[in-house]
Parts: sequence; C-alpha cells; structure tokens
Amino acid sequence: MRVNGLEVEPVIGLEVHVQLATRTKLWCGCPLEFGAEPNSRVCPVCLGLPGALPVLNRQAVEHAVRTAVALNCQVAGFTKWDRKSYFYPDLPKNYQISQYDLPLASGGVFEFPIDHRFARVRLIRAHLEEDAGKNVHDFPGFTGVDLNRTGTPLLEIVTEPDLHSAEECREFAVQLQRLVHYLGVSQANMQMGHIRFEPNINVIIHADGREHRTPIVEVKNLNSFRSLHGAVAYEINRQVEAWQADGVTAASGNKSNRGWDDEREVTVPQREKEEAHDYRYFPDPDLVPLTIDAAWVAELKEHTPELPICRTERFISEYKVPAKDAPALVDDRATADLLDHAAEAGGDKATLAKHFLSFWARRANERGQTVAGLGVPAGHLAELATLQASRKINATAAAQVADALLGRRDAAGATTPSPAKLAKELGLLQSRDEDQIAGWVNEVLTKNEKAVQDAISNPKKLQASRGFLVGQVMKLSGGQADPKIVGELIGKRLGEIAGGR
Amino acid sequence: MPGLIDEGQVRHIAKLARLKLSDDEVRLFAGQLGDILDHFKQLETVNTTGVEPLAHPLPVTNVLREDEPGEPFAPDRALQNAPQREGSFFKVPPVLDQGSGA
Repeated sequence: MRVNGLEVEPVIGLEVHVQLATRTKLWCGCPLEFGAEPNSRVCPVCLGLPGALPVLNRQAVEHAVRTAVALNCQVAGFTKWDRKSYFYPDLPKNYQISQYDLPLASGGVFEFPIDHRFARVRLIRAHLEEDAGKNVHDFPGFTGVDLNRTGTPLLEIVTEPDLHSAEECREFAVQLQRLVHYLGVSQANMQMGHIRFEPNINVIIHADGREHRTPIVEVKNLNSFRSLHGAVAYEINRQVEAWQADGVTAASGNKSNRGWDDEREVTVPQREKEEAHDYRYFPDPDLVPLTIDAAWVAELKEHTPELPICRTERFISEYKVPAKDAPALVDDRATADLLDHAAEAGGDKATLAKHFLSFWARRANERGQTVAGLGVPAGHLAELATLQASRKINATAAAQVADALLGRRDAAGATTPSPAKLAKELGLLQSRDEDQIAGWVNEVLTKNEKAVQDAISNPKKLQASRGFLVGQVMKLSGGQADPKIVGELIGKRLGEIAGGR
Repeated sequence: MPGLIDEGQVRHIAKLARLKLSDDEVRLFAGQLGDILDHFKQLETVNTTGVEPLAHPLPVTNVLREDEPGEPFAPDRALQNAPQREGSFFKVPPVLDQGSGA
C-alpha cells in the first residue's frame, strides 16, 4: 500500500485474550458474574490470602483445548503453570498465574475469507491464564479496587505478524469472535469485554532501494472491532510520518506501548511501567502440571461443531443462499443446526433457507428470539417448505401457515397441527384442478374486456395486462389457484380470443 | 570472595518488590543473598546430562475440579483486613494507568 507517497508494507501480529465461558473462576469456585456488587465474588484463593491453594477448573482446560484444536494448534501433551510477577493493586497475589515455556498449545493457523481470497494467519501459541481485577478511577484522590474479576479464565492467543492492514486485523477479529462463540467456549460478548486485542504494529518502508523498518508499537487493551481497526490504521500512518520526520528505525529496546483514545481516535504514548518486563517467571509450586493425552483431545474434537467459515461455504452451495445472506443463517449455531435438521427431515433446502431468511427471521426478531428459539420442530419446518416447493401452497400462504402455527402453539402449548393440516384448514391449499381454474379464468376475462383488448392488440401493454389478469384470477380464487397454471391458461385463452374464437 | 549479588541488583529487586531499603540494609542483604546463592551453587556440581528438567517436585499431574460454584465471601468478610475501604471497594492510593493489563 502507499502512504504519504511511499510504498509501505504494514506488519502486524495480534495478542488476543478470550474470556472462557465457565461458571466459575480458573482456580476457585467463585461464580463469574458481570456487574455483581464489588468484592462479592471473591474467596481466599482469588484474594491471594496466605495459605490458599488454587485448583484448576476442568471446564476451562476443555474450552482451551477445543479452541486450540479448531485453530489447528498442536495441543501440548505436558503443560505447566508459571508465576508472572508484578505489583499492581488489581493483582492481589502480586503475580499472575500464566504459562511461560510450556504453553497448552502452539503452532496453528487460522484462515478466513477477505476480498475474495483467504487470508492465512499462523499462530505462535495459545495458553491459559487468569485475569486481573478492576481498578475503578471514579473516586476523588484514590482508586477503588474490585477483585470480582480476578481469576477469570482467559485464553491468550498470539499470532505471527501475518496481518498486513487494518481491514485484515478487523476481519481476523470478527472471524475469531464468531469461531469462539460458535464453539461455545466463550460468550464472546464484546460489550462485556470478553475479547480484548493487543496489536503489535510496525511498517516496512521501501525507499532509496532499501527496506526501513519502523519501531514496533504495541497498542494495549482494545475491546472493540472498531477500535482495533482504528488503532492499526492510525499507527500505520503515524509510523510512516514519524520515520519521514526522524528516520528512526526498529532497534532493540525501542519497542513502545501506546493506548487508544476512543474519543479523539488517536493512539497516545503510555507511560512505561518502570522495569515492567522483569516478570521473573518461575514454575508455580502450588500447581501440579497438566497432561493432555490424545484420547482426551479426541473426545473433545468429537464434540466440535462444523466451523462457521466452512458452514457458510456449505450453506451457499447446498442451500443456494446468496453469499451476503449466509451469515444470518450460520451465526446462531442452534438456528443453523435446526436448518440442517429440517433438511435432513426431507424439507426442500432452497425453500427452507428462504423461509428461514424471510418470515421465520421476522417472527423471531419480533419476539427478540433466534429462529431456533421460536421452538418450531424441524419436522414442521420441513413439511412447510415441502408444501411450497411442491406447489401445494404459495409463498404468501406459507407465511400464513407459519403464523397460524405460532399462534396455535402460543394458545395451546406444545402440540400443534401439522402445516399440511393447517394449510387445509385455512383453505390455502392451491388448486391445480384445471377445470376449476379455467372457470375462474373465464369469469375474469369476461369481466375485464379492456385488459383483454390491451393484451391482444397493444404489445406495449401485454406484460402489464397479463399480470393484472393473473392477479384478478388469484384474488377470485382466494389465493388457491396455482399461479403457474393460471398464467398458462390465460395465455392460452388470450391466444384463442386473438385468433377469433 | 566477591559476592554473587551486587548492591545494584539488590536495589533492583527491592524496587520490583516495592521495598524501601536503607544503604545499610542493601549491603547486609547483598551479603546474605549472596551467601544463599553460594550455598545453592553446590547444585552445579551435579551431573545433569540426560536428566529431564523438573516441572514440579511432586510426581502428580492433573489435579482438576469440576466447574461447580462454591460460596464466595460476603464483601464485608472480603474487606475485613483492608486498611481502607470505600463502600464495597478496596481503597488504594490513586493508580494512574488503565490496569495491570494481565
């Protein structure tokens, strides 16, 4: 890309912290609850009281392994826990339990579609660690500390510097969020800070026949896709301009941290914590190592769903869904599963997808639900789609049957009549009886002489007049006539009238 | 014999540990810490060729608990040893930046 008249290549790696969807903390049974009264979800372990011993949460390990597998990582057979020392009021033990030299997973690659190609990002590692508490700065002259969040399980994922633009960073983040949500390993709620990003950014500038690398900047603690994109885009420009002004290039010791100012949309230098990088990692004697054998990994793999990117591609080809609509079907896993189940139950796939995207989605929205949350059984969805696909009812009637289905269910509880029964009851079944339809057609043609004349004698009005006549027949039949047969019969009769018969 | 730890290192470690030491203490601890390291230096005489690094002294792995909530402290209990509190918060001197970034 070009910035300020220079050919430049941004080089970006990401550190991502994903909060895992466990009921309790990583090392103790304190429940995780967003917005609880300060210091009401704490115990001797997460308060760092002397003598308290941490015990590892099995669910956190399993969520971490599931994610690692989905990211094509190598899961370590043997992994251990290390103390990362630093002093801060939100870290009551004065060290964070993390993983240093033997992380839970390493290697791996994540591929995602962008601009009609697949971007490929290699991963360095993924490890489990605990979150810190919260410093609250709303007080005059002091800081309040809430330790409810301490010990929350986080999966830290570190990529190679394989990203090359702000857009790629954002898309990576969006797809990763989708993935962890799909796997059920994280609630992945951005507003609640469940996923946080820290990009490492520098730029290779091609000038004077040489490559100049700007000093690396790490932007801390970005918790939205918008701020990630904004911070990376801003840094790329800032670094090029800084190099043009001072010519300083990357050297050991000149990496720096910056923060993102959401209001002004700029990155700002962060005061460096003095000697902050002297973490003095050492193995935590309170925690024994963890071994993860192939059988455990295989068991977790077995329960891994089809990943959203693969499912999107499959829905586009199998259900004939436009690419832009596919995510709406895929994003909620239960809804996507329901669509597959309805197809397995024999429903016409293209019609099912259309129903899911139109009236089922509308009704779900109105109720603040997902389509799966409407609770209509897969068999009924399939039957309704098949009724329409086999032209026993038309699209409008299908929507009416859907409403009747929901209405009856709301009124009477779980069991409802089948869509075929309802369609019959409501008189929506289409007539394909040609004699009956011919009767309707004749009646309409007799009553609408002008339209008939226009259709026969004025080629410019043929389309519109025929459309009008078909509409009148449909109306007369109360929507029951098969529109395809109506169209054929009208065409035939008009030909006969034009031929003087 | 010169100590294994010099006074500069003691000051550095004290700073990381948020300890304020007098010059006398720095000299005292440099000597004491040096003696301790010197004692452990004996380990260097052991031949460890072909020996796996030890991750933990106990021959135990996989101590796990199920993801079942326990009973946390009530805020009053959690805060009972706090030098200062404000409502249900621990009250500490003002912290300038945005958190430890754990």
